[in-house]
Amino acid sequence: MKFTEEHEWLRVEGDLVVVGITAYAAEQLGDIVFVELPDADNDVSKGDDVVVIESVKVASDILAPLDGTIVEVNDKLGDDPALVNSDPLGDGWFFKMKLKDASEMDALMDETAYNAMIA
Amino acid sequence: MESLKTTSLHELHLKLGAKMVPFAGYDMPVQYPAGVMKEHLHTRAKAGLFDVSHMGQVILHNPDAALQLESLVPVDVATLPEGRQRYGFFTNETGGILDDIMIANRGDHLFVVVNAGCKDADIAHMERNLKCKVETISNRSLLALQGPASEAVLSTIVPDVADMRFMDVRISPSKFGELWISRSGYTGEDGFEISVEDEQAVALAEALLAHEDVLPIGLGARDSLRLESGLCLYGNDIDETTSPLEAGLQWAIQKARRKDGARAGGFPGAEHILAQFDKGVKKQRIGLLPEGRAPMRAGTNLYAHENDETPIGQVTSGAFGPTVERPVSMGYVSAEHSDVDAIIFGDVRGKRLPARICAMPFTPLNFKR
Repeated sequence: MKFTEEHEWLRVEGDLVVVGITAYAAEQLGDIVFVELPDADNDVSKGDDVVVIESVKVASDILAPLDGTIVEVNDKLGDDPALVNSDPLGDGWFFKMKLKDASEMDALMDETAYNAMIA
Repeated sequence: MESLKTTSLHELHLKLGAKMVPFAGYDMPVQYPAGVMKEHLHTRAKAGLFDVSHMGQVILHNPDAALQLESLVPVDVATLPEGRQRYGFFTNETGGILDDIMIANRGDHLFVVVNAGCKDADIAHMERNLKCKVETISNRSLLALQGPASEAVLSTIVPDVADMRFMDVRISPSKFGELWISRSGYTGEDGFEISVEDEQAVALAEALLAHEDVLPIGLGARDSLRLESGLCLYGNDIDETTSPLEAGLQWAIQKARRKDGARAGGFPGAEHILAQFDKGVKKQRIGLLPEGRAPMRAGTNLYAHENDETPIGQVTSGAFGPTVERPVSMGYVSAEHSDVDAIIFGDVRGKRLPARICAMPFTPLNFKR
C-alpha cells in the first residue's frame, strides 16, 4: 500500500488502484455524513478535486493522487458515508482508477514513511 | 497575533482529550474523543456539560436598572418578575441586532449574559448609555448542563433545582460555593446554566462529569444542537444588518414595547423595527431541509428556481443534524419566496440542489415549562 501527503492510500488491485483516506485522516475529519463521488469513466489529473467529504461541521476535498481514469466509485458511501470512519482502509474506499503511468506509484510514500509523517 | 485566552476549565479540557480551537479569542474545546455526532446525540438522550465561560457575565446595579436597560433593548424588562429570565437583544439605530443576550431579574439587580465575541463591545455600550453601575463579573465561570437527565444530575448537588421551571433563575449555596443557576440553555433541551466561582469551577465540572449520564460536549455539538433547535447564532444568523422581525424573533418584543404598548419604543432603531410589525419585512429567516444528503453550509446561495441567475437569499447556518439524521440549514430569503413547503434551490459546488422551506425547530424543544 502507498500513501500521499494528502493522507490518501492507494492499493494495487489487478491493473487498477483502489483509493481511500487513511485512518488518521478519517479520525481528524470526525464523523463523516456525506460523500460526493465523481462519475466513473472520468479522466483526472493529479491534484484535481475528485471527491467531497463532509463531516458534521466542514467539507473537505479529496484530490486525485495521480493522473489516470476513474473507472469505478464506491456507491455504498452514498447510503452509508460513515464507512469512511468505521473502515477507512477497507469498505470506506472512494474510487478505483487506472493510472496513466503505473510507475508513478513508486514515488509515493510507503507505510513507514507515512507513519513518520503523521507522527 | 494576540495569544488566546483560556477559561478556568482549560486544563480539564486537555485532560479529557479535547481538540481545541480558537473561538472568540479563547482556546475552546470543539470536540472530545466521543466526537461531534455522539456528543450531540448524548446531550439529547441524557446530559452534556458545556464550558461557556467565554461568555460575558454582567450585573447592572441600580433601582431603575430595568428601565435603563429598556433604552437599549426592545424587551419588557420592567415587568420581568424577580427570579425570572428573558431572552433579548441590543438593537442599533438602523434596527439591526448588536448582540443577543439573557436578562435575569435578581431582585436588587439585573444579571445579563452576553456572547463571547460581543462582550467587550456590549459592556462598553452599556457603560456609555446606562446611568447605572455596570459590573463585569470576571471571577466566575459559566457551565451549561443540558439534556433530559440534567435535573436529576444537578439535584445531587443542589437538591431543590427540580422546583425550577424554564427561565427561572436562582442563587443557591452549595459545597462549590454560591451558584447562580438558571433553567435555560441553547440546545433546545431542558437544562441549566450555572455560574460558579473560578476556583470552584473545575471541582464542580468534575462532580457533574462523575455522573454516568454526563459527557463533556464541545462547540461542534453545541452548534449542531442549537441549529436543529432553530436557534440563531450571533454573527451567522443575526447581526447588525438583520432586524428582529426579519430573524423571526418578534416573540422577544413584548406588547409593552410595541406600538400602543405601555412603554412603546424607546430603544435604538425602534421606528424601523416597530414599522415592520405593520409593513412586514423584505427578507425573512427560514428553516431549510435539503432534499438530498449534501449539507448546505453557510454562504450557500439560494434560488427560487433551478436555473435562475439571481439569488433570493443565502444560507447562514448549515450542517448535518444528528438527531434528525439529515442536513438542516437556516438562512434568509426575500419575503415573497419564504412560504413554508416551497421548494427552492441551493448552489452546492456548482450544482443546484433542491431544499424545502420548513418551520423551525427541526426537532421538538424539550423545555420544562
